[in-house]
Amino acid sequence: MTTETQVIDEGGHDHEHAHSPHLQHHFDTLDQQFNAGKLGMWLFLATEILLFGGLFVAYAIYRNLHPEIFEYGHHFLDPKLGGINTAVLILSSFTMAAAVRFAQEGKQGMLKLCLVLTLCGACGFLGIKYIEYSHKMVHGIFPGKYYNPDEHILEEELLGAHGHGAVAEHGRDHASSSGEETHGEGAHEESTQSAEASAQAAPAEGEFVIEKSQIVEAPEGPEGMVGIVHEKPELPKRPEKAHVFFGIYYLMTGLHGIHVLIGMCAIGWVFFRSTRGEFGPDYFTPVDLVGLYWHLVDLIWIYLFPLLYLIH
Amino acid sequence: MSEATAHHEEHHGVGHIVDWRVLIGVLVSLLILTWLTVKVTEFDLGSLNIVIALVIATLKASLVCLFFMHLYYDQPFNSIILVSSLLFVLIFILFSLLDLSAYQSSIIPDYISSLRDPAYPLDQLK
Repeated sequence: MTTETQVIDEGGHDHEHAHSPHLQHHFDTLDQQFNAGKLGMWLFLATEILLFGGLFVAYAIYRNLHPEIFEYGHHFLDPKLGGINTAVLILSSFTMAAAVRFAQEGKQGMLKLCLVLTLCGACGFLGIKYIEYSHKMVHGIFPGKYYNPDEHILEEELLGAHGHGAVAEHGRDHASSSGEETHGEGAHEESTQSAEASAQAAPAEGEFVIEKSQIVEAPEGPEGMVGIVHEKPELPKRPEKAHVFFGIYYLMTGLHGIHVLIGMCAIGWVFFRSTRGEFGPDYFTPVDLVGLYWHLVDLIWIYLFPLLYLIH
Repeated sequence: MSEATAHHEEHHGVGHIVDWRVLIGVLVSLLILTWLTVKVTEFDLGSLNIVIALVIATLKASLVCLFFMHLYYDQPFNSIILVSSLLFVLIFILFSLLDLSAYQSSIIPDYISSLRDPAYPLDQLK
């Protein structure tokens, strides 16, 4: 690879690219070949955007019809973890763009380093995603008809964040330890244990009662609920169709997660080829196209993060 | 030919090499905009909240597309593909939303709950 690069460099401005072993016979120049590949990738990315577009339509319709389930549901998502994941994905996008640059310059070592860093970012993203998913599923928050939530998690998330550290710590410790003990023994036992925990914690504080009622109380309204959360420790009521939010949440982040996995496979493949020194200034199309795919994964997340985590 | 252009033209490969300053500038802007979109959620701006969140997201997406994805340097055809796909998603969303309230007046209250009987387990899907 390096020798080929040198040959072309010595060739100077003669445009002897036609002799490049990378040029397929049905293209005139390497530039034309590269642009054709990119065009094909962009057409594929357009279909990906349309695929996610369907889910964004579902989001728009449900958010318009039932804004209260989004107001309620987003309390279960941690904007800190979501924000960290956004930063991780942006950083991995940057290392991917840097990898393309190093491939163009023929710097093999830096190319491999940047691809590994991008893979690390992807692993970090999925790791945090795993923490988020397991934290929900341990509390019975599943999509659709499997939605069987344990209200304790909401108390933990909300009151813990507003100056009731002791209760939150206790709840969190118990939740994590019981999560390890009863792993795989079903959500019902889980919820009874956690309910006991909240029953112990609640009288100690003596300030609030765990709300078990599932009756919709519409008059509170979105602003009213937010105000209550900040003023006094009272939990927002669960709207009737709260599970729809989690259906949308799991579908959108899940499909995005699958794309992250596919992206990781593609980056791994490009890394394998880069260890054989296949890429250089006149041939780096696979690095560039996988980079485009990875940036699309980042793009989708850039929209998912505010739409799911940052609902006011 | 000046020193700078001579250096620039050392690159004989395919495509356009994006300047490091541009890449790092985009990275920093993206991180700042992420911080901003988290911070702005703390203020209650009513229906403006989602508008601001979407404007910031679109700004971030544009930065990624233009510089990380090289659209700024590419032939415009790739941008046309992207923009037309976004246009169709927009049409999809807008027309669905237009249609949303069209049937609200014809919904019969409690129709679904009137269907609930053991032979027709609708309430399991509730």
